[in-house]
Amino acid sequence: MSPVLEAGNLRVTFGTSVAAVRGVSLTMNRGETHCLVGESGCGKSVTALAIMGLLSRTAHRSADILRFHDYDLTRLSERGMARLRGDRIAMIFQEPMTSLNPAYTVGSQMAEVFQRHRRVSRATALDRAAELLQRVGITAPGLRLKQYPHQLSGGLRQRVMISMALMCEPELLIADEPTTALDVTVQAQILRLLQNLQRELGLSLLLITHDLGIVARMADRVSVMYAGEIVESAPAGALFAAPTHPYTRGLLRCIPVPRQVRRDEPLGSIPGVVPRIAPDFVGCSFRDRCAQAMPDCARHVPRQRATIDHDYLCRLPTDWTRAEAA
Amino acid sequence: MKHAATSLGALIVFAVLLAAVVAPLVAPHDPFVQDLNQRLVPPEWMDGGSAVHPFGTDQLGRDYLSRLLYGARISMMIGIFTVVTSGLIGITLGVFGGYFGGKIDEVVMFIITCRLSIPLILVALTVVALIGSSLLVVILTLGLLLWERFAVVSRTTTMQVRNLDYIAAAQAAGASRRHILLREVLPNILTPLVVVATLEMALAILLEAALSFLGLGVPPPLPSWGLMIAEGKDYMFFSPWVIMIPGIALFVLVLGINLLGDGLRDLLGAARPT
Repeated sequence: MSPVLEAGNLRVTFGTSVAAVRGVSLTMNRGETHCLVGESGCGKSVTALAIMGLLSRTAHRSADILRFHDYDLTRLSERGMARLRGDRIAMIFQEPMTSLNPAYTVGSQMAEVFQRHRRVSRATALDRAAELLQRVGITAPGLRLKQYPHQLSGGLRQRVMISMALMCEPELLIADEPTTALDVTVQAQILRLLQNLQRELGLSLLLITHDLGIVARMADRVSVMYAGEIVESAPAGALFAAPTHPYTRGLLRCIPVPRQVRRDEPLGSIPGVVPRIAPDFVGCSFRDRCAQAMPDCARHVPRQRATIDHDYLCRLPTDWTRAEAA
Repeated sequence: MKHAATSLGALIVFAVLLAAVVAPLVAPHDPFVQDLNQRLVPPEWMDGGSAVHPFGTDQLGRDYLSRLLYGARISMMIGIFTVVTSGLIGITLGVFGGYFGGKIDEVVMFIITCRLSIPLILVALTVVALIGSSLLVVILTLGLLLWERFAVVSRTTTMQVRNLDYIAAAQAAGASRRHILLREVLPNILTPLVVVATLEMALAILLEAALSFLGLGVPPPLPSWGLMIAEGKDYMFFSPWVIMIPGIALFVLVLGINLLGDGLRDLLGAARPT
């Protein structure tokens, strides 16, 4: 089966001083949930925007491969891209409070997406909108369709955003921290909803998050991003069982696990912040914060395979963690 | 209190608009018919006034109330069409500059700066003097000159709106650039533009009066309020109503528009949740 989305060596630079995404490669299959994890500023959102072709004009994107089904997104015209967006590739943004236009009712915004891509009447589009609102668990969809965004709560708005993204039954849904702005109970509902919808519709979900709890719950495959690179990519189970890159290990150590972490022990942390990386940077970008750093880290770092579908970007051998433990 | 002022402004504007629309029906006389036997008849409430001419007559014996009512048409037409013309120019420039930024914005800012360095009344006078005065020329001249506030305001508000998430969300849903400018950006910057429109309308009406007063606005015998003041100025010493009546009308209308604009700003500003 051909992948839904295939990106190879995707790069995004802003001017000559900042490289936000440096050679990201990822493949998404049908029905798969791929989580992109990393701390703030590591290039997760820029990667998503680069796939959507929604970068600001100051950004420059290049890629060896960027394919969605049979479409070569690097060659596709703006018009052709606009046809895909909202129809076959949809995106949910982080901020439900500002992602809806305050000047229109929910119904009019939802219907519009459908009408833009399918030649249907307003009434049909509104019916479809009501059906989807119901599906995402909104009671009284008829009422909600007539309301303006400011009349809805954050959770409701995010549900509206999700149902809006699903209007045309996209094959790929990119969700950029869809639950970050919501409180924890609503967050759980939204995630469950996404999971169910994904199972029902067979859509591929690229989920961007910095919350490893969400990753553990949702992901089929995880890619850990650091300073614009995917430093480790593996099936979710393998990544949590055998994290290999020092950064991934550091991230996982930051999560307190009940009954395993002692109360008097300080919570793990990774000192420092994500560096700003210039396009001509060579070597491992994590070396300044890494306890295992060695002089060779300033040179080109090879991508190594731990198993057939688990790779990481580090000079350390796959079994270094055993040596550390010993 | 604020609410009362707004209502008063709306009432005045509505009354003048109504007068302009129904002028042919309610005017007691033809505003163009001269009667030299009835020159400078005082208004009804003054000595020598009569109910035949409630507001008196001018130096050519034309009924002043009728001229005032027909004059409302000129003022409202000038106000509305000038604002439409200048609004189209200014909002287009402002939205383009604010949305696209970069080089386009630099060009827009340059045009705005050029416009700001043009002395308004002088250019208007020159243009009208060269082309000749007619209602259309006055409207176009004012419309082509009064757009800079529309441009400045729509540019800054567009810049704010452009970076909001719902614009990105619309793009992510496959919206075209045209759709984003017209349907996503424009409705969200309208509030301040409505206020600008009222200010510009008042300004246009005053400028027309000034041009007409200088003899370069709408040509006689059209009953423009500014022209009425100009024609009456030689007689104001013994017949003060000939300039008082159109003067007060002008003052009240401009005051009404400004009150309405102020009120709208407060009302619409408060209604915005974001």
